[in-house]
Amino acid sequence: MADLTRLTAAQTASAVASGEVSAVEVARAHLDRIGAVDDRVHAFLHVDTDGALAQAAAVDSARASGATLAPLAGVPLALKDVMTQKGIPTTCGSRMLEGWRPPYDATVTARLKAAGVVILGKTNMDEFAMGSSTEHSAYGPSHNPWDLDRIPGGSGGGSAAAVAAFEAPLAIGTDTGGSIRQPAAVTGTVGVKPTYGGVSRYGLVALASSLDQAGPCARTVLDAALLHATIAGHDPLDSTSLAEPVPDVVGAALRGDVAGLRVGVVKELGGEGYQAGVRQRFDEAVALLTELGADVVEVSAPSFPYALAAYYVILPSECSSNLAKFDGIRFGLRVGEDDGDPSVEQVMARTRAAGFGAEATRRIMLGTYALSAGYYDAFYGQAQKVRTLVQRDFAAAFATCDVLVSPTAPTTAFRLGEKLDDPLAMYLNDVATIPVNLAGTPGMSIPVGLAPEDGLPVGLQIMAPAMADDRLYNVGAALERALLERWGRPILEEAPSL
Amino acid sequence: MSETPSITRDDVAHLARLARIDLPPESLDHYAEQLQVILGAVAQVSEVAADDVPATSHPMPLVNVFRADVPRPSLTNEEALSGAPSVESERFRVPRILDEE
Amino acid sequence: MSTTTHEAVVAYDDVVARFDPVLGLEVHVELGTATKMFCGCSTTFGAAPNTQVCPTCLGLPGSLPVVNEIGVESAIRIGLALHCSIAEWCRFARKNYFYPDMPKNFQTSQYDEPIAYDGWLDVDVVTDEGVRTFRVDIERAHMEEDTGKTTHQGGATGRIHGADYSLVDYNRAGIPLIEIVTKPIEGTGKYAPEVARAYVTALRELLRGLGVSDVKMEQGSLRCDANVSLRPNPESPLGTRTETKNVNSLRSVERAVRYEMTRQAAVLDAGRKVVQETRHWHEDTGVTTSGRSKEEAEDYRYFPEPDLVPIAPSREWVEELRATLPENPAVRRSRLQAAWGISDFDMTAVSNAGALDLVEQTVAAGADQSAARKWWLGELAREANQRGCELADLPITPTDVARVEALVSEGALNDKLARQVIEGVLAGEGAPDEVVAARGLAVVSDDGPLLAAIDEALAAAPDVAEKIRGGKVAAAGAIVGAVMKATRGQADAGRVRQLLLERLGVSE
Repeated sequence: MADLTRLTAAQTASAVASGEVSAVEVARAHLDRIGAVDDRVHAFLHVDTDGALAQAAAVDSARASGATLAPLAGVPLALKDVMTQKGIPTTCGSRMLEGWRPPYDATVTARLKAAGVVILGKTNMDEFAMGSSTEHSAYGPSHNPWDLDRIPGGSGGGSAAAVAAFEAPLAIGTDTGGSIRQPAAVTGTVGVKPTYGGVSRYGLVALASSLDQAGPCARTVLDAALLHATIAGHDPLDSTSLAEPVPDVVGAALRGDVAGLRVGVVKELGGEGYQAGVRQRFDEAVALLTELGADVVEVSAPSFPYALAAYYVILPSECSSNLAKFDGIRFGLRVGEDDGDPSVEQVMARTRAAGFGAEATRRIMLGTYALSAGYYDAFYGQAQKVRTLVQRDFAAAFATCDVLVSPTAPTTAFRLGEKLDDPLAMYLNDVATIPVNLAGTPGMSIPVGLAPEDGLPVGLQIMAPAMADDRLYNVGAALERALLERWGRPILEEAPSL
Repeated sequence: MSETPSITRDDVAHLARLARIDLPPESLDHYAEQLQVILGAVAQVSEVAADDVPATSHPMPLVNVFRADVPRPSLTNEEALSGAPSVESERFRVPRILDEE
Repeated sequence: MSTTTHEAVVAYDDVVARFDPVLGLEVHVELGTATKMFCGCSTTFGAAPNTQVCPTCLGLPGSLPVVNEIGVESAIRIGLALHCSIAEWCRFARKNYFYPDMPKNFQTSQYDEPIAYDGWLDVDVVTDEGVRTFRVDIERAHMEEDTGKTTHQGGATGRIHGADYSLVDYNRAGIPLIEIVTKPIEGTGKYAPEVARAYVTALRELLRGLGVSDVKMEQGSLRCDANVSLRPNPESPLGTRTETKNVNSLRSVERAVRYEMTRQAAVLDAGRKVVQETRHWHEDTGVTTSGRSKEEAEDYRYFPEPDLVPIAPSREWVEELRATLPENPAVRRSRLQAAWGISDFDMTAVSNAGALDLVEQTVAAGADQSAARKWWLGELAREANQRGCELADLPITPTDVARVEALVSEGALNDKLARQVIEGVLAGEGAPDEVVAARGLAVVSDDGPLLAAIDEALAAAPDVAEKIRGGKVAAAGAIVGAVMKATRGQADAGRVRQLLLERLGVSE
């Protein structure tokens, strides 16, 4: 058998189901790969060797007993460390949760387990998902497999890097302002933020509740669709979970036909501020869509330029409240109890000072400010109005287009350390991905080539109306197939071997 | 241009108190500077003419999502306390509390 | 360690002669739902610590709330019973502040969009001019969640001051609360304390009638915070108010308001300003003490709860719930008053003692209304007062009281024995018949033993016997007394007298 880590999830699942290979062999191959490369990539914060092998063995014995396997049974997966898994360390990339083992499974985790997916471990991330580079992880950054001196994106850089480095064919990410899509773009992988409410948030440690959404990271559009279908669907434990049936994302990924489809290029997401090579590859991909029979037009979304500002008011506001529970009383870190005779108030404050990194502290303070009496209307209230305007812009655009496209990120992967001390520069990475989170609509990033000037991957973002996630997969699959024909081999084959 | 709020060292100290973060005094100026810059940038939300625009708090227009009043299993006491830094008599132990709420 | 200091007060009559009080009452009601407001944990009172908790009500990372439908339904029914408007659309909001008994360090509550608003409740108070009805306007009723319970360890008295550390039990965290807030209650004059008490009493009766809560003040399922301010006269602007917390009995509501009025008057008389602050009521000493000052105004940073979707009760649903409301309390009071044929004064006494349900049920169980009132407003009210509990919480049921009354009217018990039976029931000795049997309390109705006792008493006091025979019937009392003593009160005194006179051949 060829290198099992090079198979797609779909290929692995079918090989396991047919008995061509055992799930344990697949798991071992990936655990070996992690052992071989992760000291350089640092995608994982925790590798659950025993748990993964046990789950794989369970899949093998289920197969042996004649049970019908779920579509992804036996396929390994890397779980972003923001998702709880019972008994397994869950840190969210923060000192605050060092050593915490949740007493419960997130709904996503439970669904993965029930589907026979083999969870290899927990992946690195910016602390509490705040960042675009994983440099804000308390446990050190992850590295981009394309160039170990560069960032793998963030906050879900660990998940994207694990997939790009063939440590896992699948990973779970979470996307609040682009944390699935931007890492996908800069690592040459596929990442999808589903419609808000499409995937349960129960057990996803919240950054900004009204923006967070978990979704799939993969190397192919079909693999992403298979994972999407596995984790999506109504959850009574999440009040914001949608009751509607999950769109047929797998069917759409198998179809990949854009003939006659109306594709809108968003004027405000591109041009100035975008790297030349990013623009070039994006323009080529749009031309390819036209060749494939799509009807491409330019659309305007006049409020999008304000989306970033609105986002950086709403996110810190919600996060300042969501992160209040980290106080050293019921779980996690406690600091400064023995220094003098401190009150509980002092111990809480010392714990929070020691437990949160600089970016988390900045955003908590920013949110505290934006929600304060006297500033609420000018900041939070106004940002929520901008949110309405962004939704209206999407509605207007989708009145004439089936999907919208833009570059996923303004640049390719930047160097570690380059933007660490400049929060505003870091925030600009999300300029194209944020509108989707504000509107609650779905978005996908797929690789569309390497920027000529640096040889690094460029992502194209596809956006669809709420609950039309299948359109992302249809367009993504069509583009992926055409690009593969053009390149002759998958883009990740271009990446340096680790 | 909208007016950029001015953030002083004292403002940062006040925010840190509200947010229960014991910031070292020497970091206050640095945070003041950074918050000033970020707030200056995000203050552009106030440039948007939106007087007659309703605010959106939830991205999806769901209403009335309820749960039947039927008990579900709780955690065991052991599970509930499993992550706690300090425990005594089946309860969470905390340092002395200054005053009642 | 108690830090209670006795502050100067002004005599109450003097206060009301020179000041006009304004009240505001905030009542928190714990709903009697089976599960918590936002998770499926049980709400059973008295469970072992931290056994009715889950990721959601412990505020563990990743957990999410889901609204209890019965919580919303109860809030709407309470709103309707208080003549409130029910919001067509409203949201939960987060009230952000740090406190160890609050797992998420924000309370999920409602802010500027309460589910019910603009209602009223009429309460009757006995005044010098007779029974008077005061209309208390309701500002709002909103949904929120309770906090955990903290026990302070190591301090001298278990109080918060001087404690070395505290222990937290989150079983109560997340139990649904409805907060009912009045508008400023004006025009009560010297009856402010009585109006406050009557309001809480009437509200409790209404809530009990709705079946939404067990409304036990001593268990904390109904809690009252009293805002009090004084102004020179009704035309003056409102004075600075204090908010007295921990007012956990009907009697305390009245006492706390009265005390705060006398204290604030002394502050104002001394030319000082009333400090806007939270004050704590001390049941034992009957005073309030200063809590946290509100000088540094709290900044709760309310914002709409993103984890819960808005609530938009359809008008059909609201009307369905309206149809489930029990009889309007005022209508019910009039109906019962007419049925019992009692005065306004007597009726108000029953209502304000919180005895309406109990008297009604006792009558329904067969007792005469006056006997039922006599027991509940007399003997049993004294007992409840002594125990510091509510009438309804005494370990005796209306059926028990009715049974005791039945035994009295059958002649099986006399008044004195009946009191002993009640005492036995209250002491947990069982139902009335069991107490009668166990204590051997039945009236001696067999004439044989009575005659023997009479003969014995006559033999012991031949001079008295002579007097009676000589027509001095008044002297019979001494013999009757001796017989009653000999039978340990179990004889029917009337029968003894009758037998005695027959024995001596004398007539009345």
